[in-house]
Amino acid sequence: MSGSTKQRIGGFLARQGILVAFALFMIGFTLANQRFLDPDNVMGVIRSSAILGVMALGVTFVVISGNLDLSVGSMMSFSTIVVLDLHDKIGPTLAIPAMFAMTLCLGAFIGFLVGYLKLNSLIVTLGMLSAIHGLTLTYSGGQNMDIADKANTWFGVFGQGNIVGIPVPILLFALLAAILGMMLSKTPFGRKVYAVGGNGTAATFSGIRRARVVFSCYLISAFCVATAGLIQASRSLGSQNTVGQGLELEVLAAVILGGASLLGGSGTIFKTVIGVLILGFIQNGLLLVGLQFYVQYVVTWIIIILAVWLDIAAKRGKLWSPIA
Amino acid sequence: MQPGTLSSFLKRGAIWGFILLELIFFTVAGEFLSLSDKAFMDVDNMLLLFKQSAPIGIIAMGMTIIMINGNIDLSVGATYAISAIVLLDSLTWPIFGSLGDWVIPVSWALALLTGVVLGALNGLIVWKTGVDAFIVTLGSMLGYRGLVFMYNGEQPTSHLNWTLVDFAEAQFLGLHTATWFLLVVTAAISFLMNRTVHGRNAYAIGDNREAAVNAGIRVGPHMMINFMIIGFLAALSAVVFYSESGSVNPNDGSLYELWVITAVVLGGTKLTGGAGSILSTFGGVLAIQLLRKGLAHIGADTETVNLVIGLILIAVLFLDRQLNIKGKEELKI
Amino acid sequence: MTEQIPALRLEGIVKTFPGVRALDGVSFSVLPGEVHALMGENGAGKSTLMKVLGGIYQPDDGRIIVNKMPAVMTSPLEAKAKGIVFIHQELSLAEELSVAENIYLGELPRKRFGLVDWTKLEAQTNEILARLKVGFDAKTRVGDLSIANQQMVEIARALTVDSKAVIFDEPTASLTDAEKVVLFDVIADLQKAGVGIIYISHRMEEIFKITDRISVLRDGQYRGTLKTAETNEEEVTQLMIGRKLDLSRNVRHHELGRVALEVRDLSCGELFRDVSFEVRSGEVVGFYGLVGAGRTEIAETLFGLRDPSAGTILLNGEEVRIHSPADAIAKGISLVPEDRKGQGLVLGMNCRDNMTLPQVDDLKAGPFVAEGSEIAIFDQYRDKLDIRTPGWKQIVGNLSGGNQQKIVIGKWLSMHPNVLIVDEPTRGIDVGSKSEIHNLIRDLAAQGYAVIVISSEMPEVLHVSDRIIAMYSGQITRTFTAEEVTEDNLIQAISGIGGSDRAA
Repeated sequence: MSGSTKQRIGGFLARQGILVAFALFMIGFTLANQRFLDPDNVMGVIRSSAILGVMALGVTFVVISGNLDLSVGSMMSFSTIVVLDLHDKIGPTLAIPAMFAMTLCLGAFIGFLVGYLKLNSLIVTLGMLSAIHGLTLTYSGGQNMDIADKANTWFGVFGQGNIVGIPVPILLFALLAAILGMMLSKTPFGRKVYAVGGNGTAATFSGIRRARVVFSCYLISAFCVATAGLIQASRSLGSQNTVGQGLELEVLAAVILGGASLLGGSGTIFKTVIGVLILGFIQNGLLLVGLQFYVQYVVTWIIIILAVWLDIAAKRGKLWSPIA
Repeated sequence: MQPGTLSSFLKRGAIWGFILLELIFFTVAGEFLSLSDKAFMDVDNMLLLFKQSAPIGIIAMGMTIIMINGNIDLSVGATYAISAIVLLDSLTWPIFGSLGDWVIPVSWALALLTGVVLGALNGLIVWKTGVDAFIVTLGSMLGYRGLVFMYNGEQPTSHLNWTLVDFAEAQFLGLHTATWFLLVVTAAISFLMNRTVHGRNAYAIGDNREAAVNAGIRVGPHMMINFMIIGFLAALSAVVFYSESGSVNPNDGSLYELWVITAVVLGGTKLTGGAGSILSTFGGVLAIQLLRKGLAHIGADTETVNLVIGLILIAVLFLDRQLNIKGKEELKI
Repeated sequence: MTEQIPALRLEGIVKTFPGVRALDGVSFSVLPGEVHALMGENGAGKSTLMKVLGGIYQPDDGRIIVNKMPAVMTSPLEAKAKGIVFIHQELSLAEELSVAENIYLGELPRKRFGLVDWTKLEAQTNEILARLKVGFDAKTRVGDLSIANQQMVEIARALTVDSKAVIFDEPTASLTDAEKVVLFDVIADLQKAGVGIIYISHRMEEIFKITDRISVLRDGQYRGTLKTAETNEEEVTQLMIGRKLDLSRNVRHHELGRVALEVRDLSCGELFRDVSFEVRSGEVVGFYGLVGAGRTEIAETLFGLRDPSAGTILLNGEEVRIHSPADAIAKGISLVPEDRKGQGLVLGMNCRDNMTLPQVDDLKAGPFVAEGSEIAIFDQYRDKLDIRTPGWKQIVGNLSGGNQQKIVIGKWLSMHPNVLIVDEPTRGIDVGSKSEIHNLIRDLAAQGYAVIVISSEMPEVLHVSDRIIAMYSGQITRTFTAEEVTEDNLIQAISGIGGSDRAA
């Protein structure tokens, strides 16, 4: 009896461990600092997580389809720089669609390489990380990019605005999460993404055009990156060339934390949002209890390893790996 | 001496052909485009090239064996930074105050030990939890970087020891100290992979893990040893570089993992493990450095390097695929 | 003979998996110097038994005795140390390493400081290779060898230890006739050296040529041991299949329709050449041949997975070009693939999603998948095919092989194809489900489907087909009607010896 109860608790922990850990963190931080659950603070955390979150939504599609995208960080720098530069040249109304078009082209290029040419996504996106970084630097000439007249533009609305008291970045994040969540879980396309990631060969044998699905996932990822770049540019109205550097790995961490397997075929938008929020709240909680921001790196490390470990331990029914 | 097919010979030779191509291109293009009158193939320039290749090159040797073994290590940049801090900081520790210049070997040993321990931690986690090395080292890349910051906040850690600087700047038989380290590491790792049981087993594990397990090869310890070696080499790279520069910023070494992996892949190491050669990685390292220097030589912005290297990496991957394609008969999946 | 101490003895081996009793008290013994055939249908428990012997699985009950000593094997290495060596069907070689390194994998001779003793390694290897009379040397990279030579490397491994028993698992599957002769010589050598040999194969002629005794497994149970010299194929087959499976010849009660699929001079590189045949609606055409004869490749070409190098395909009299599976499906061709888990199913997905995967684009309510229609389709085919599953939410990976196969078949039936191709429909499926699937195939023909059945099991082909097309080495050697086919002339047609029949 007690054995099976123990097993059941173990199984529950393994399956929902990440939520349990999240809850424990929240309780701990709340006890340590009253301000933690303050609505202003909560809103602030979500707002500052929005950029990472929006990117993570797109990467979730790529990861579920069985691939990786390490280029989102430098792609985000690219779209930020481009939209800021074009803002002064052709005005925000044209700059935004132009920037989206350019970012989508990059996404399409990666999608072509990985989807149609079937190249290894890790190396392709690693190469694109470097290439897009170079592209951005070449575009900007290595200079920081700033909007000349910061006082007289409506462009700041995406990063700084409020609608009915809710910051626009949060609204954009929520809206995208809702749309992409529906797309992934309810539409034929979403079903095909899971099939391609779960077993690409079987998907092909079922008449699914695998290359097209993978291609579309990279387009979605690029769209999300462009949105993140828009929020970033709009929030600061000026930017360095390296604003997104390193974000690709934080994004991936959030997606993995949400329980998506790097092998593909599993994960959901909802879980990714949880993963993003966990990262955000941990960062914030640690700051509130008086720790430096970099302590979150160490905590994130431990959480990622534990989360993935418990997940696979539950699947194999053993805590320790069978590797001799 | 291994008899191989023509295609594998071509693959092995490809990186050297590429280097040759780069040399010719930059020499010729330099005649027309270069702002300076100095020739590209200048002896000093080439010696400098080797020296500048050392930090990435030393780590790339470790990455080659990790990837031959079927794993990957994304945390080398952070390990590099921690080891550098340990090196520079420990030089000033009061308990070593009485040692005089003998503090140098002690600090070196401490820094190298740090690298080995961090590598061992990665290896142990991969072995015992069974979590994929990509995820484990993605995590520790963040975690180790956190440790770097926790050590000294966002301040740079600096200490110049002139004996050390002299040593690092010395030239022996015309080659810089850093170059010697790179050459010795290349020779040692090449020997390890080709001559020792550990090296051969590492190949076997990466090639066909199930067969290796069935043959009684203990996968875990071999993986752990390789992670310790790459940790050691990341630390060694830091030791060599920071002995001379004397100051480390907490963000130093970021993106090193990408440069290193690029060099290894250019050198032809198979992504899925089992195949790869240390000498070709050496070629990959030189090719990247040559590209950097060459582009600077012909007056291209340094920024262009990233663009060119990224595209070359993808082009290599594409060519490799085209060479391995089986023609029309292949199943279209 | 009876006084001899067995090289290897199994006593009452039991192994259960959740829901399946894979081995149910298996006992037999192998004498030194004996070649002992182990036979049974796919799914009879042979591979589980081998995994128990090899230390990959632990038996729930029973004993393994090697040379009078009870042996507990917890790893393949331990099995090897106790003198039990496997020659695997799926090669387990490291292709990038040399022949010598592969033969001594895990046991490289060492010098001091962990260095490999290359001189010793090479000398020992060349000695073994000389015994095998092969044409390559110790330094050759294994990836550069032909499949047959790679098999020889596997066999060479068995000679490195003082083996008591060597287990050959379908060793001739990819060998040419000349290579088989060498293999049988090696087996004879081992035999002379007093090694007990377990020989697993489906090929009766080999079994009767080289083995001394035959043990048969069926449904995880030991069914008896026969002396090869005192038995015949019929008796062995009967033991293997039992009386449960009805394999009487098929009698058709319905009229054939018009030609649904016609193939003219279809070729695909070296894989198959000048293949011509037709299938009428209401007809089941069986493709029979050895592995590698080109049957599966024809199916893959018809399904748009390979580009033909020459020839034409006609559907209902119209010439078509098929570039992709999506194309094939749109034109009414469906393929139940050979590798159920690798090609047929997304194992991590639920039953309903797998079943409706090819038509998920057509089942829409607005922009979303119409889950109601999906469930309706699933329910319909669950009832029709008698799929036993708790519900559509069940993950397919948790179902038994038979039920998984029915999901794949249901997936394609729900597309209402004109031509249904089934490749190895009953591989790895229990006897009960097997006959259900056979009946299903016959029913489909009666309903007017044009069906192609590809199978390596002769009784199956004979049972379900109206016509049988025999293939050998990429070419059709002969087409039989159900009336004219016999086991003998079919075997001749697929082994390339019936040269005079080729014109037919």
